[in-house]
Amino acid sequence: MCEPPGQPPLLYVDLHLVHEVTSPQAFDGLRAAGRRVRQPGRTLVTVDHNVPTTPGHLPITDPIAARQMEALRRNCQEFGLTLYDVDSPDQGIVHVIGPELGATQPGLTIVCGDSHTSTHGAFGALAFGVGTSEVEHVLATQCLPQQKPRTMEIRINGPLPEGVAAKDLVLGIIGSIGTDGATGHVVEYTGEAVRGLSMEGRMTVCNMSIEAGARAGMVAPDEVTFAYLRGRRFSPQGSAWDEAVARWSALRSEPGARYDKVIEIDAAKLAPFVTWGTNPGMVVPVTGRVPDPAAARTTAERSAAERALQYMALTAGTAIEQISVDRVFIGSCTNSRIEDLRAAARVARGHKVNPKVRAMVVPGSQAVRREAEGEGLHEIFRAAGFEWRDSGCSMCLGMNPDVLQPGERCASTSNRNFEGRQGRGGRTHLVSPMMAAAAAIEGHFTDIRKWRFQ
Amino acid sequence: MKAFRTHTGLVAPLDRANVDTDQIIPKEFLKRIERTGFGEFLFYDWRRKPDRTLDPDFVLNQPRYKGASILVADRNFGCGSSREHAPWALDDFGFRVIIAPSFADIFANNCVKNGLLTVVLLEAQVATLMKRAQEIEGYRLTVDLEKRQVRDDSGFSASFTMDDFNRRCLLEGLDDIGLTLQHQAEIAAYEAQRFGVV
Repeated sequence: MCEPPGQPPLLYVDLHLVHEVTSPQAFDGLRAAGRRVRQPGRTLVTVDHNVPTTPGHLPITDPIAARQMEALRRNCQEFGLTLYDVDSPDQGIVHVIGPELGATQPGLTIVCGDSHTSTHGAFGALAFGVGTSEVEHVLATQCLPQQKPRTMEIRINGPLPEGVAAKDLVLGIIGSIGTDGATGHVVEYTGEAVRGLSMEGRMTVCNMSIEAGARAGMVAPDEVTFAYLRGRRFSPQGSAWDEAVARWSALRSEPGARYDKVIEIDAAKLAPFVTWGTNPGMVVPVTGRVPDPAAARTTAERSAAERALQYMALTAGTAIEQISVDRVFIGSCTNSRIEDLRAAARVARGHKVNPKVRAMVVPGSQAVRREAEGEGLHEIFRAAGFEWRDSGCSMCLGMNPDVLQPGERCASTSNRNFEGRQGRGGRTHLVSPMMAAAAAIEGHFTDIRKWRFQ
Repeated sequence: MKAFRTHTGLVAPLDRANVDTDQIIPKEFLKRIERTGFGEFLFYDWRRKPDRTLDPDFVLNQPRYKGASILVADRNFGCGSSREHAPWALDDFGFRVIIAPSFADIFANNCVKNGLLTVVLLEAQVATLMKRAQEIEGYRLTVDLEKRQVRDDSGFSASFTMDDFNRRCLLEGLDDIGLTLQHQAEIAAYEAQRFGVV
């Protein structure tokens, strides 16, 4: 927007997404300084992290969670913001509802007090997570001082093999460059495999950019993007639509554009992946084995791997397909959209969840839930023995009652396998929705490429 | 914002890489709507055994590191979630400086906003400090933001770089929202030009 002398350039924020967990202290700051929200119309607010996923999001048994949600209601009222509350037909995970309402559009700058804001880059928007102080900054000024980031291209050559999902693609990238491989960079994903992804798949990939340390991830908009956005509530209509598409079509890197860093990956070498450790870079193909820490390149990596194996209660050399699971979670801002649920339902159809597994499907939003129910996906899941839940962040981070018990092992479609992430002492393995559904049925990890679809 | 000029304090070594913000402050403590009081929950699951009693082996529970105000850690400190509760917890616990070979972007940003200094040193330099903090009882460092220098009194000295604007904000304890609000006229003009509203 402008470049004040002696300060970083000021970036204007076109869309500010707000949820209950990272905003209360920001609103307190506004109150203390007597400031108002500059652009209520560019501020989209929902509750997602804390909400129970039991039918109707009730009851809210945790008084501290209830107080946080109540604080958001009060703040929205006081500062004149529209809130997509638990009883709204538009409620959902903020990174699911932004795109589905058409609020997320190519070329916009989008921020949110949440690291997975990188999701919105799938539309060719510049979208990144910020902390609560910056939430306050954006509420008050609609701007953020920002240094220009470095750029990185991650090009995936060739088409994705059968049975390899967007989730596997991004897990493969993180496994290859590490959890800080893209720190300080904005990543552009390019190549045939990325072009071939649906918007849901592109969102899954951009979502996990942060797990490689990236400031943001993005995909240049194309016909797939425009087809997704056409007719959505906040999408441009009529002649404004045609003008927008013309403008958006220009949002692509020039041929031969120079990046600070370029990574190339051969799609043919990707497989369905399963994480074995306590960060998303600790990942192997489902046909692989738990790695031996002794093979690590550095002593620091070896001690991290030893510590991870101890936490995960795994032995080096164990075949991934021999690891059994107690819980399965299909959901989160990474994998809770309609296409994710369709993929999982296709696996579950005609099968039964293993009797020793508790499996849960949590749609990302009320709209996803309605769409899935319209297609009868909930009946397929229920007939197979999955719990069909209401929308929210749920067991991705376990701020609501959906948590792992100590020692429980979970196949999860979420984004982080950190220690305790899904519940104190819980053990998380990150996988695609198809791989999660198959693990629920078999009771252990299994190669989806050999699945008996019915 | 709290100003930072120079600080001398006891050093605690946390010899782990990829320390994520879920470890710094686990999610069950994010439901509080206050900005203070997070210190007792810092590294909650690492500081405690499964029965929730304090684990005497964890570095921050050892008496010799009580009162530490400088934390030395391995690379990619603060990765994961954007929760500003992580710097709030470190600050509330008594830390003023974190030294590591690298930090996650959002975490480092959040620290600046809270007057908590993140210092990037070379891996070998961090390894030296880690070793000294482990071996020398009462090991102290001075971190001087004006001179951009870290030093001890047994000959270690290293300089570090920092973004000029962030450094000025820290040295002067500037309110960066106030700075941006000085450009209200430009913001309004930009909005008028882009959206046709005044």
